Amino acid sequence: MNGSRMFATAGRVLGQLRHDPRSIALMVIAPSLLVGLFAWLFSDQDGVFDRFGGAILALFPFVVMFLVTSITTLRERRSGTLERLMTTPLDKADFILGYALAFGLMALLQAGITVSFAVGVCGLDVEGPLWQLGLVAVVDALLGTALGLFASAFAQTEFQAVQFMPLLVFPQIILGGLFMPRDQMPDVLQAVSDWLPLSYAIDAINAVAAGDEGWDVFGPVLIVVAFAVGALVLASLTLRRRTP
Amino acid sequence: MMNNVAVAISQLRVRRGRTHVFDGVDLVIPRGQITGLLGPSGCGKTTLMRSIVGVQKIASGEVTVLGEPAGSRRLRHRAAYGTQGGAVYGDLSVRQNLAYVAALLRAPRHDVDRVLDEVGLRAQSGQLVDSLSGGQRTRVSLAMALIGSPELIVLDEPTVGLDPVLRAELWELFRGLADRGVTMIVSSHVMDEALRCDRLLLMREGRIIADTTPAALLEDTGAADPDAAFLTLIERDRGIHSDTRRSRREARGQHEEAGE
Repeated sequence: MNGSRMFATAGRVLGQLRHDPRSIALMVIAPSLLVGLFAWLFSDQDGVFDRFGGAILALFPFVVMFLVTSITTLRERRSGTLERLMTTPLDKADFILGYALAFGLMALLQAGITVSFAVGVCGLDVEGPLWQLGLVAVVDALLGTALGLFASAFAQTEFQAVQFMPLLVFPQIILGGLFMPRDQMPDVLQAVSDWLPLSYAIDAINAVAAGDEGWDVFGPVLIVVAFAVGALVLASLTLRRRTP
Repeated sequence: MMNNVAVAISQLRVRRGRTHVFDGVDLVIPRGQITGLLGPSGCGKTTLMRSIVGVQKIASGEVTVLGEPAGSRRLRHRAAYGTQGGAVYGDLSVRQNLAYVAALLRAPRHDVDRVLDEVGLRAQSGQLVDSLSGGQRTRVSLAMALIGSPELIVLDEPTVGLDPVLRAELWELFRGLADRGVTMIVSSHVMDEALRCDRLLLMREGRIIADTTPAALLEDTGAADPDAAFLTLIERDRGIHSDTRRSRREARGQHEEAGE
């Protein structure tokens, strides 16, 4: 690993994004729009948005970053630039971490805007400190980035990459505790949900929203971080200098 | 002696699925020259180039590049590869593309400007690559390969789809590089370009069917132009190869009979 090559890669990825203002707008604004839609939907029912709004906050950054990352890295594989990079001194870890860093920064921006919108405009009521809500959203977006990097290794086309979303993301949403508290699920499904990272992200958000402190918040956050790191390691293992 | 050899390949075997792309290729490419890799599409040119720059998974055999095993860490500073179709970032400016490669190679800062002048893209350096013409895009790809002054440059079909004027300009650039001692390996399926090379490797169906020079190619085949010369060689090879195939099949047939 080498810091300067990682930073060069992150800078390059951000440079590419800068020339694509429409994607930036989608990345930064889309989660807010969805949160807004959700708030509007429950505007006549007191307390519902407060109960689910937080979890939604965990969801959208994850989904958006998963899509953006898997498509971007897939494009790099298919355009031949990845192959070119593999003939340079760039380490695989530098490549993966460069991407994670670039999209992590985007996630920070996205989380800042989404959380401000949810709390400021939609009136989401949160007991805990707001920065913790932002932290969970960023960690969540990072998880999306990491899984996206990993998933792109198994996709040959953009079409396939998009199809990975229902496969990898939807089950996590369904079993994550958003639709039904996890302790009320059938035993088998609850056991499965214990192994899905998004479950912990939603746990963390709910803990912040309820005003819990310490381990109740940071325990699940650390688990999500561990999953993200694991996905990044797997992603760099699937990256091969030599291909058939 | 070894110092004059840029690439030495012995008994290279490459398999893709069940098909044998290469079944024991041997070849030597000298330093400081332009070696043209020619042959119909699908003959294995790209696979051979990928093997040389160390991104091709090989089944067996040895590929030595500049005295080191292909793909080894130290070679990543000394050899550059321009893939087919450019492999440049279309959503970055010319300068940003070059600056990224320079950062990866830890090349001196002024390298970007030097290379921009060499390929004649100084005026376009701030433009997005996607807004450039095909010829300019190709030159960006070439420029990326020139960063860090590598000793070996491998270019896959760099002149495909370019008009004759641009092609001539690029070949002049290649010649200038070779004169400076850079080893160039350039693939093409345009046979006219063969005459601009110092050495020629003609490939067909995963085999090197001729390792020659432009003059020797024309003399040997008695053809007037490289196109005709290449066709002659393919005809010759088809004759020999189908013979060996037939004899192999017959041998196998006898073997099976004997086994029964």
